[in-house]
Amino acid sequence: MSAPTTLSAKNLVRFHGKRRVVDDVSFTLQRGEVLGLLGHNGAGKSTTLMMLSGALQPSSGSVEVCDFDLAQRADLGKACLGFLPEHPPLYRDMRVDDQLLFAARLHKVGKAQLDEYLELTKRRCGLLDWGKRLIGELSKGYQQRVGIAQAIIHQPAVVILDEPTVGLDPAQIRDIRELISELGDSSSVILSTHLLHEVEQVCDRAVILREGRNIFSGSLDELRAHSDIESSFLRLNAATESEQA
Amino acid sequence: MIRTLARKDLHTLFAAPSTWMMLALLQFILGWFFLARLDDYLQVQTQLAQMDDAPGATISIAAPLANLLALLLLMLTPLFSMRLIAEERRNQTWLLLATSPLSSVQIVLGKFTGLLILLSIVIIASVAMMSLLALGTQADLGLILCNLLGLWLLAAAYAALGLYFSAINRQPVVAAFTALAVSVALWLLDMASGMLRALSPNMHFQNLNSGLLSSADIVYFVLFCIFFVMLTIHHIRRERGGH
Repeated sequence: MSAPTTLSAKNLVRFHGKRRVVDDVSFTLQRGEVLGLLGHNGAGKSTTLMMLSGALQPSSGSVEVCDFDLAQRADLGKACLGFLPEHPPLYRDMRVDDQLLFAARLHKVGKAQLDEYLELTKRRCGLLDWGKRLIGELSKGYQQRVGIAQAIIHQPAVVILDEPTVGLDPAQIRDIRELISELGDSSSVILSTHLLHEVEQVCDRAVILREGRNIFSGSLDELRAHSDIESSFLRLNAATESEQA
Repeated sequence: MIRTLARKDLHTLFAAPSTWMMLALLQFILGWFFLARLDDYLQVQTQLAQMDDAPGATISIAAPLANLLALLLLMLTPLFSMRLIAEERRNQTWLLLATSPLSSVQIVLGKFTGLLILLSIVIIASVAMMSLLALGTQADLGLILCNLLGLWLLAAAYAALGLYFSAINRQPVVAAFTALAVSVALWLLDMASGMLRALSPNMHFQNLNSGLLSSADIVYFVLFCIFFVMLTIHHIRRERGGH
């Protein structure tokens, strides 16, 4: 028997003005699975994740988290969700502990569990000695860790991470990838990235978006079998990187 | 939940040096004005004593002080309210609230409560100053309480208005400026006639300022707050969808 479905997106569409930024995207996520959402800049990844996390209302289509429809029972659905947006939502003038406790309270963690969850999350994210520091004083790598910590402190069933490794140095990237793999043991994770090899390292399954459309959805083996998709993605990646250089 | 959010907002407001600067400056202006009025009153006191129906110390000193604070609240509230939502959007922290299980009603009421607590501190400090009159004379407690209520309702109205403009603008400065422009326009309506004048918060405050406690004025302020809070909730709910 397959693991229970923790998140399902059905026919998501989102318009920005008259442009369809996301066009009929559907997929499901099982418990204990790490799903990679691949696409180039402007492919609609962030918009899709915003709709999955309930920050943005889809123009049409629906999202269910832990069997709760976000349009009907958003309060219950969102309590099962942890979200790290592209820019971590951190209050620079807060201490790490205060930010994490605030995020936990927002997600309705009971008073009795607050300290336990804070300790556990800081240990997982390597922040044990950083609790009293002001967030604005932390390096980008540590801010990213706090960003992940605020997304997982309430032990959500689904964790959504939008490009969590962008702008980090190689050692930090390795640490964060290890953390994501570890998260995949207890929760379901959706990870957006434009790096194919990142998906190959940490994900079980991949969804590829191009111009807002879902052009591939399947396991990594299936992705490798579709060599045309993989090679075209790599080609486009190389082009983007050379443009950036 | 509303309390969690209000507490966080107060923390953020008090963590900013600019808040302390503004509060200190405000108290300085009010204190200076209070002393100046007191001085004027003491100079004319002997003449007043010969009049049959002479104005008391409270109406001569405390009421103008409350009137000045009402004008200062008009200018200050947008500077605080702009931070509530627009600044959270600019700093990208808004997504933490938008993706939380909090309903849009809870988010808006949390923000509104946080700002109102800050403004209440300002008002209580100034009312404490007015109450100092009781040390030297028999202060008109009814008038002082009426002014306390008036200032508080006025602050709530400006806070609700500022909150709405903070929700619809992405730039905090634009949010502050539009809130200020609308507040000033409403204030100027006091000079209009008929129905238009009834829309001005200032006109309703003037009644309370002179010690006239009328349910019509209280209902006006309550409706004013509900109107702008509902508009804000509607705006945020449309964006987030669902709840």
